[in-house]
Amino acid sequence: MSDAVTLDDASVQLGGHVVWEHVSLSVETGEFVAVLGSNGAGKSTFLNVVLGLLPLRTGTARVLGRRPGEANAEIGYLPQRRHFDGSVRVRGVDLVRLGLDGSRWGVPLPWRDGDARARVHQVIELVGAGAYADRPIGALSGGEQQRLLIAQALVRRPRLLLLDEPLDSLDLTNQASVAALVQRICGEEGVAVLLVAHDVNPILGYLDRVVYFAGGTAVAGMPVDVVTSETLSRLYGAPIEVLQTGDGRLVVVGVPEAPFVHGHRHVD
Amino acid sequence: MSIDASVFQGLSWNLATDVRGLFAYHFMGNALEAGTSVAVLAGAIGWFMVLRRQTFAGHTLAVIAFPGAAGATLAGLPLLLGYFGACGAGALALAGVSADRGGSHGRESAATGTVQAFGLGLGFLFVQLYHGLLNGLQALLFGTFLGISDTQARTLVGVSAATLLLLALAARPLFFASVDPDVARAAGVPVRALSFGFLLLLGLAVAATSQITGALLVFALLVTPAAAAQRLTSRPLAGLALSIAIGLAVTWVGLALAYYSIYPVGFWVTSLAFAVYVVVRVVRR
Repeated sequence: MSDAVTLDDASVQLGGHVVWEHVSLSVETGEFVAVLGSNGAGKSTFLNVVLGLLPLRTGTARVLGRRPGEANAEIGYLPQRRHFDGSVRVRGVDLVRLGLDGSRWGVPLPWRDGDARARVHQVIELVGAGAYADRPIGALSGGEQQRLLIAQALVRRPRLLLLDEPLDSLDLTNQASVAALVQRICGEEGVAVLLVAHDVNPILGYLDRVVYFAGGTAVAGMPVDVVTSETLSRLYGAPIEVLQTGDGRLVVVGVPEAPFVHGHRHVD
Repeated sequence: MSIDASVFQGLSWNLATDVRGLFAYHFMGNALEAGTSVAVLAGAIGWFMVLRRQTFAGHTLAVIAFPGAAGATLAGLPLLLGYFGACGAGALALAGVSADRGGSHGRESAATGTVQAFGLGLGFLFVQLYHGLLNGLQALLFGTFLGISDTQARTLVGVSAATLLLLALAARPLFFASVDPDVARAAGVPVRALSFGFLLLLGLAVAATSQITGALLVFALLVTPAAAAQRLTSRPLAGLALSIAIGLAVTWVGLALAYYSIYPVGFWVTSLAFAVYVVVRVVRR
């Protein structure tokens, strides 16, 4: 019952193509899980299934104990997105506030404003963005923007956090520090996190588990068990070699990058 | 002093007397009433328009207001109907175009520009068919404050109040959808419906504003105060208030200067707005 996300023999199709099938996995409360795989392998599709935006073709899915889409109020979602450019003159603190009550109609009640402000302040401190939250978001660096966006996703105290490639535009140092932040939030707030990433290395030390999408299916497990020559070769149906460097970094060699070569089959 | 004497007429150079003088005529009361409501409306809607980067849509609606008003005059219909009918229809058309393209505002600009040119041509035809009154053409394009009727003033107050009420009710989701559409959609905000509704409100605001500033000078009240306000502050509420305040100041001073001078109100309002913007740009680099 404490599972945040469960998929049982699930498959999903987009435009007549099966994106992935036979996927069974579970993510527990408070776990930090990286969702890996090459472009087009179905990582964002997986998040859409969890959000209830895309129905399963076969199999079952449960999200926070309910059907997908029914628990979205308890999910914090950070979509894959571009940078806010310098002309966006909206303060970080206002952007975080939108995550709290931006979808409400009408004029905010002044006597309720104190609680909301306190929560926004609290979550900004949690992600360590206090020093620059009052500046326009467009004037901030990629790492600073990403921290504020994570604060926005966290402000409603979600039980599940979906982060779609939050590390993409960041340099290596910032990738590691954002990963460390996400790990800390998992522990302190008891939030389960699904983080879609291209490269496992900057976050390897912070992860609990990985879900690897490839070859039209996915495998979940500990990083050391999943990111191996054997598992990846089986997934891709082609020889893949995983090398470990002296400092523990994993190097995946020979990944077929062409997105539609594997994992998409016609359904008639 | 000789320039002052010829440009400004009837000024006593005593502020109290001159301000009282503004209210001596009924038409001036109407102009101030209409100008005030339009300045508040344009300041608020304009702030969102600049935030949403829809100034081109706003400009197109303003240009469409011209054939609307000219057509109404030609057909003997009320001017108000011409303004609001044309801008409402224009907003619906723009919303249709942007819905077609999945709500992106980049690629529709060519189609929008084509409609703009056609609208101006159509308006010019209507004015020609009406046999000329060049004065009328000038007022439609560059604004007037002399001919604002009681009905017009009252309608503008009503339209502004209703539009501002709707804007206040939708302000937070609209702000969310404007700055962060993907997350807003995931949070259950009806992003597309809001975009559609905002274009309609923008159409109303443009139709109302054109009646004071003329079709071509709408931007003096719709864009300039909002752009200046967004340079001055990135706080949403303070920005909205500043945008409205700048619009009001520009309108009041512009009307007073037009009343006491031989230059038209459109010139004064645009020049004052431009001056505010230049000062803000220089002060807040």
